[in-house]
Amino acid sequence: MIPEIGQFALALALSIAVIQSIVPILGAARGNILWMQSARSSSIAQLIFIGIAFAALMRSFVVSDFTVRNVVENSNSLKPMLFKVAGSWGSHEGSLLLWVLILAAFGAGVALFGSNIPDGLKARTLSVQAWISTGFLSFLLLTSNPFERVFPPPPDGNDLNPLLQDVGLAMHPPLLYFGYVGFSIVFSFAVAALIEGRVDAAWARWVRPWTLAAWMSLTAGIALGSWWAYYELGWGGWWFWDPVENVSFMPWLLGTALLHSAIVTEKRDSFKSWTILLAILTFSLSLLGTFIVRSGVLTSVHAFAVDPQRGLYILGLLALAIGGSLALFAWRAPAMEGGGFFKPISREAGLLVNNLLLAAATGTVLFGTLYPLLMEAVTGEKISVGPPFFNAAFIPMMLPLVVVMGIGPFLSWKRADLMGVFQRLRFVALLTGLATLAVWYLAEGGPALAYLSVAIAVWLLFATLREWAGRIRLFDVPLRDSLRRARHLPRAAHGMTLAHAGLALAMFGFIGSSAWKSEEVVFVRPGESITIAGFDVRFDGVEQVRGPNYFADRGTLVVSRDGDPVTVLYPERRSYPVAQSTTTESAIRSTLAGDLYASLASPASDAVVDPGAWTLRILYEPLVFFIWMGSTLLILGGGLSLSDRRLRVGAPRRRIRAAAQTTPAE
Amino acid sequence: MGRILAALPILIALVFGAFFLWGLNPDRDPSAIPSVLISQPAPEFDLPAIEGMDTPGLSRADLAGNPAPVVVNVFASWCVPCRAEHAVLTRFVERDGVRLFGINYKDKPKDARGWLENLGNPYEKIGSDLNGRAGIEWGISGVPETFIISGDGTVLYRYVGPIVGEKAEEEFTTALVQARAAAGAGS
Repeated sequence: MIPEIGQFALALALSIAVIQSIVPILGAARGNILWMQSARSSSIAQLIFIGIAFAALMRSFVVSDFTVRNVVENSNSLKPMLFKVAGSWGSHEGSLLLWVLILAAFGAGVALFGSNIPDGLKARTLSVQAWISTGFLSFLLLTSNPFERVFPPPPDGNDLNPLLQDVGLAMHPPLLYFGYVGFSIVFSFAVAALIEGRVDAAWARWVRPWTLAAWMSLTAGIALGSWWAYYELGWGGWWFWDPVENVSFMPWLLGTALLHSAIVTEKRDSFKSWTILLAILTFSLSLLGTFIVRSGVLTSVHAFAVDPQRGLYILGLLALAIGGSLALFAWRAPAMEGGGFFKPISREAGLLVNNLLLAAATGTVLFGTLYPLLMEAVTGEKISVGPPFFNAAFIPMMLPLVVVMGIGPFLSWKRADLMGVFQRLRFVALLTGLATLAVWYLAEGGPALAYLSVAIAVWLLFATLREWAGRIRLFDVPLRDSLRRARHLPRAAHGMTLAHAGLALAMFGFIGSSAWKSEEVVFVRPGESITIAGFDVRFDGVEQVRGPNYFADRGTLVVSRDGDPVTVLYPERRSYPVAQSTTTESAIRSTLAGDLYASLASPASDAVVDPGAWTLRILYEPLVFFIWMGSTLLILGGGLSLSDRRLRVGAPRRRIRAAAQTTPAE
Repeated sequence: MGRILAALPILIALVFGAFFLWGLNPDRDPSAIPSVLISQPAPEFDLPAIEGMDTPGLSRADLAGNPAPVVVNVFASWCVPCRAEHAVLTRFVERDGVRLFGINYKDKPKDARGWLENLGNPYEKIGSDLNGRAGIEWGISGVPETFIISGDGTVLYRYVGPIVGEKAEEEFTTALVQARAAAGAGS
């Protein structure tokens, strides 16, 4: 009964979405205020009905209702409760339901909290949002019904892919989708603005908090996914340039560009068509991600069960959404430019460089990701594009970006005094030089690029702190005055400092763990020791242990340093009998200086030759912790900025209202 | 100029869209890596019988000069999916009269014997590949893997993973039927 309620709720949501696709936008065209305002209630109703559907699916998972095919295929009665719940979004159908739920949540969010947005723009935005909603709800109902029943019901389910049975990963899809799908509302705003043919500073102000919210979630989702890959896959890396990682990274890169270009549109009434284009492209890349993950055009470790029929449907949706919006853009954008004038040395120019580099980097990642497909289509040859390409193409673009990032915040709008900026950055340059020399002295044996990257990261960190110190006039005035200034500084300024410093910290992690990583893959017998990065690791053998829905081989590694005990690591290899697969659970000793990382590789084939011997992978990765710390700061910085906007949006509201009253005269 | 620039994104999107449409072709499997062995003569190898078993060993010579295509299956007693696949292979042998050869990959002779006694032995000949040398020659990426070899010893088809489940069995049977048809046409 409950699954049928869920399905019925979905059908209702679809019909509401269809109405919302038409009525508010017609109302906006005809100036019918009632029609326009219908978007508010229909957005909320959509959220409620999709929420009911989602709750119904989740209930089926929680009570292990094996009459529902989706539950059979992705759950098992022995699975821990957390993963039963997470199983709701572990499959293609369930995750798509989560997708439309978040889509509806953003629509309802604008309906509820966007009281300062003019009626016309809001109605059009929500109609566009409903177009997307109609597309995906119909996709869900027609090709991927999550509530399909099976008869006769099997006694137990097939279990969720064990790789996904992990706390980090249970949270990863919701956050990632919140980011991915969050950009939908920005897309809707952009399309609505194109339809209206008007983009101004106020538009950018309304769009920015939503961009920021989506960007924060995407950052969190990507960081969590990367953390999961780090300790669950057992390869000792945190980023593999896998197609599915790339498709989540591209919207992030472009979303970051959008975040910055929207500032220019808001503050200087410039970069308008560019901001609109970024808004469209960011969500287009999110859609592209959905397509790539679910259609099987590329091969990846993450892909869902593949069905070309579904792929065709999504491609159709993509063609409508991306093709339609870009065609609209081609038609309307040329009439839209104008805005502020700026000198080559100014904050606008700095942000322009930021945008160009981020867009170029996105293009590079896109090209690298799709190259195997393009190559196969043109020459029939099968190739794969791996980390070497991405590292060689991506890093050289990011480094100049980070250099400019250090300078950018010092530049003033319109025209900046470069000499003055350099004067203020003298000490930063000196400190950077000293710190780099220190790193060079302490950590030998890295590639030249690593030292350069360290220098640039240090530069960014100190320049960011210097800018913040300059704003509160630290050491110029008594400390008490500085603190008072810090309190009165807009939160967005603190947010920027945090986020930029976060990137610098994360860079230390990226560089340290790639350039100074030590890795040993060895064949060990119980009692043998390995030395890595100054640690002595003794292998004490493997024992069998039992978990709720798995068996595991658990190795014991006693770690000491110069004879003093440090820790004991227990890497595991789990086999899940129901799902018929195995996972590695690496054991990690994490400190600020670096991670000692151990994982058990397969013994099986060599057990004949030497029973009790195992292949062990041990790595020492310096500074990995900084990646997670830096990512956290990025998110916190975004949050701080967001909280500031919510406070400030209230202030100019009166002005906008007043302006809005005069517009009908046009 | 502005007009051309503004139209650029949609043009690029269209080109990408065309590639995606091509990529959705259901016959295309992006994860399939063509084996370099296909259409090549089977690799040179010579394996002794499993210690303590009557089933003779396997070498390259056994794969040439057969009247019909034969099947070579790489298996091991420690490989759990092989157990499931064993039933399918036995069925192929008993029902379709497939000639099945085995390569017992990195397995203890005692375990292999026990495994075959337990489940039955559908293999005509089994080579014992204790050190995995023949496995390297065949370029296997894991166990089980199954090859179809033509009568004159050419590798026609490779299946990676267990032939278990409707889809896999169908795919394998199709390949086998094609191989037999080709052999029939050739002779």
